[in-house]
Amino acid sequence: MGVPVSGKNFFPSNIQGLPTWYEIRVNGEGYVGRSGAVDVMVAMNSATYARDLAEVSPGGVLIYDSTWPRDLELARRDIEILGVPLARMCNEHFKSARTRILMKNMAYVGALAALLALDRKVIEQLVAETFKSKQALIESNLEAIELGFKYASEHFECPLPTRVEPLDKTRGHIMIDGNTAAALGCVYAGATVGAWYPITPSTSLMDAFKGFCERFRKDPKTGEKLYCIVQAEDELAAIGIVLGASWNGARAFTPTSGPGLSLMNEFLGFAYYAELPAVVFDVQRVGPSTGMPTRTQQADILSAAFASHGDTKHVLLFPSDPRECFELAIQAFDLAERLQTPVIVLSDLDIGMNDWMCKDLEWDPAYRPDRGKVLSAEQLEGIGAFHRYVDVDGDGIPYRTLPGVHPKGAYFVRGSGHNQLGLYTEDSVEYQQVVDRLTKKWRTAAQLVPKPIVRRAAKTAKWGLIGVGSSEGAIREALDRLAPSGIQVDYCRIRAYPFGDEVAEFVEQHQRIFVVEQNRDAQLKSLLTIELGCAPERLHSILQYGGLPIDCRCVVETLEQAAARGEAA
Amino acid sequence: MTSIAKPKIVHPGLKRNALGLTTRDYEGSMSTLCAGCGHDSITAAIVQAFFELDIAPHAVAKMSGIGCSSKTPAYFLSASHGFNAVHGRMPSIATGANAANRGLYLLGVSGDGDSLSIGVGQFMHALRRNLDMVYIIENNGVYGLTKGQFSASADVGSKAKRGEVNKQPPIDPVQVALALGGTFVARSFSGDKDQLVPLIKAGVRHRGFALIDVLSPCVTFNDHEDSTKSYAHAREFNHPVIDADFVMPAEEIRAAYDEGDVLPVVLHDGSRVLLRKVDKDFKIGSRADTIEYLSTHQRDGEIVTGLLYVNEGEPDLHEVNGTTATPLSQVPYDALCPGADALAALQKRFR
Repeated sequence: MGVPVSGKNFFPSNIQGLPTWYEIRVNGEGYVGRSGAVDVMVAMNSATYARDLAEVSPGGVLIYDSTWPRDLELARRDIEILGVPLARMCNEHFKSARTRILMKNMAYVGALAALLALDRKVIEQLVAETFKSKQALIESNLEAIELGFKYASEHFECPLPTRVEPLDKTRGHIMIDGNTAAALGCVYAGATVGAWYPITPSTSLMDAFKGFCERFRKDPKTGEKLYCIVQAEDELAAIGIVLGASWNGARAFTPTSGPGLSLMNEFLGFAYYAELPAVVFDVQRVGPSTGMPTRTQQADILSAAFASHGDTKHVLLFPSDPRECFELAIQAFDLAERLQTPVIVLSDLDIGMNDWMCKDLEWDPAYRPDRGKVLSAEQLEGIGAFHRYVDVDGDGIPYRTLPGVHPKGAYFVRGSGHNQLGLYTEDSVEYQQVVDRLTKKWRTAAQLVPKPIVRRAAKTAKWGLIGVGSSEGAIREALDRLAPSGIQVDYCRIRAYPFGDEVAEFVEQHQRIFVVEQNRDAQLKSLLTIELGCAPERLHSILQYGGLPIDCRCVVETLEQAAARGEAA
Repeated sequence: MTSIAKPKIVHPGLKRNALGLTTRDYEGSMSTLCAGCGHDSITAAIVQAFFELDIAPHAVAKMSGIGCSSKTPAYFLSASHGFNAVHGRMPSIATGANAANRGLYLLGVSGDGDSLSIGVGQFMHALRRNLDMVYIIENNGVYGLTKGQFSASADVGSKAKRGEVNKQPPIDPVQVALALGGTFVARSFSGDKDQLVPLIKAGVRHRGFALIDVLSPCVTFNDHEDSTKSYAHAREFNHPVIDADFVMPAEEIRAAYDEGDVLPVVLHDGSRVLLRKVDKDFKIGSRADTIEYLSTHQRDGEIVTGLLYVNEGEPDLHEVNGTTATPLSQVPYDALCPGADALAALQKRFR
């Protein structure tokens, strides 16, 4: 129908049996974040009925299965409550017990179609696509939709004032989840080795990579694979496999989540010091510890930035939606090989597992991977001697060689103290020479990583707002809502760590900076303070960390309150 | 891993292999281990084995974890790429190396602490994947670098230098390998180079995971009386049951053997291993019989050595995966990227 939508699945950490919710954001403006309001609720689960009822915004609509009587105490006057006898209708119409249960879900779709003026042709087409290999199911599903549609049409005034009007705003857009998009990015980047240990919410990334590889990387005649996926025994091994592969010149990656990243710490520090490329996708979930595996947070920022002991820091990338998961996945491989260091892509459950509407993914056929400074056999033949950690070009990035290429290229990869020739050392001067060059490389990294995206307010703004990742949708919507009331805020969306000059300038330009993030301890704010050396009192946190994707209300309310206190200069 | 470079003096009369290299080309820097350390003898055996196999040193990746044994890759094959991983995690590095570059010879050197304690999980899973590599455990029953704690391979009743007696049962990597479907399982003694060199050569040519557990006494912390990993104990209780004579592909088998006592095994590249019985009671080729034999004889304190089990027919990681023959790291990007049209077509599914 051409209407922008995005869906969010709220589900508990179990296999089956517990209640789940699916929230669909529908709006003409194309906002993808949560609005914080519920206009239409379909309450299908008696166990959560009271809660579902309470969540409907005043003036909203609740649709429930009226087959059985409701507890009369559970009523509200400020919303419209519509009962549809879904179970009864399905029991009367369908024979098998299983069909009767399953078809309730399609019957309410029919009721919604009548109430919200949804185009039935579109629904029918989707049913046909979904069950194209099972003709019998198409019939029963369409019958169930008809039951609901008919009941609603006969019993209620259809359509409701809250209804869906066709638009033409989805052309050039797709619905995709971030893990699928990131996996596609890995395929297009030319990754050949994937290692992983299953962990929610990152598992679907490797599942998707496998699916794409089956399709694009398998010889149709011989069945030979141009990829190797290893399901490791744990995350310690998964990152080890990535390092072993990248040491040998393959593009290799591992998807994981917080607990897995914790286990990878030792090897991540090794890779930082021995200067090996690696790409890690951390699809963040709620911590600390096991936390809430099926809920979202941005709480691994600090642990990813400084993963491992000793003076260690890592390049981080922050995609804000699936499209950026695709693009930044490719950049992650380029940066990891250019900089010879791990790059951690910090996605989260909201981006990774939910369907987002975003612009079509595009591919530039001119793209070629940046393999960084790798000496070929010919180049090695032509030089006197190869020294692994010498800063030949002055950018802090040394040259590397791959095993098996040329006798002159042999060197020892080690996590123990080494000098710039790659030899073991315990000499203070030699040791410092190498770690100081790593600092120089870090400055080079700051020039190479994706720049932040700065959105200026219509008028000159003294307030600035900084956010990362999946907060993007909520922040944009919040700023749009605030602008008419005169609250002007510039917005800087950080896309990488190290932050680079643009972020430092943004902070300098504003009297007051609000930092929006989805964790308790204001980790991004801490990192900004550490890296930019700015006064902590200039940065103010807006935090949402309960495990549900951030909605725009928390941003709107904080800024409104600050404005009311006259803090806007 | 302090390294002292060895002076490179090649005697004109030194024997050269098919590549025109001498054993000096297969050596590394000077060992900094204790004088008399068993590990140094294993280093010498590795040098000889690779020299005799005519393998170019740069075609080999030598990998290790942490510990005395893991220092040794600095002492051999100086022209090979080396990887000194974090403690106990060398098998995952080897897995990634093999996944990316199946053309490389992989040699892992580990110790009993590295492989049987901190890295026991990775050791087992590399075995289980039948990763195409040689995996040598330099087994001395003790932690050397941290000054003499028991390792997981210490025998019950074995006494530490400070007098403590070990009461926990040992983990035997050979039994572990046999139980997990290991396809090349050997045990040797660092003091028996004649046995060890052919084992390493056969292990290199074996397609799959070749475990060689080598009893390698620690002269500083575990070579005293009442230690079951001392030179004296090893010499007294070493019980070779089966010798492995390694024969290169083009070579003829010259020695005459009694039929029934010899089992020739053809390796992947056409070279052969002749398994020759030393103990008439040992049955060649049966995993179950080998486990049974080891259990009985080790109970009596014997150290059963030789190429105890070999099976050339099991698929390795890449055969299971169905990977293309070209090392993945050498596949051109154009063959890996599906292109713009494929991306456009794919996205129809997401509308």
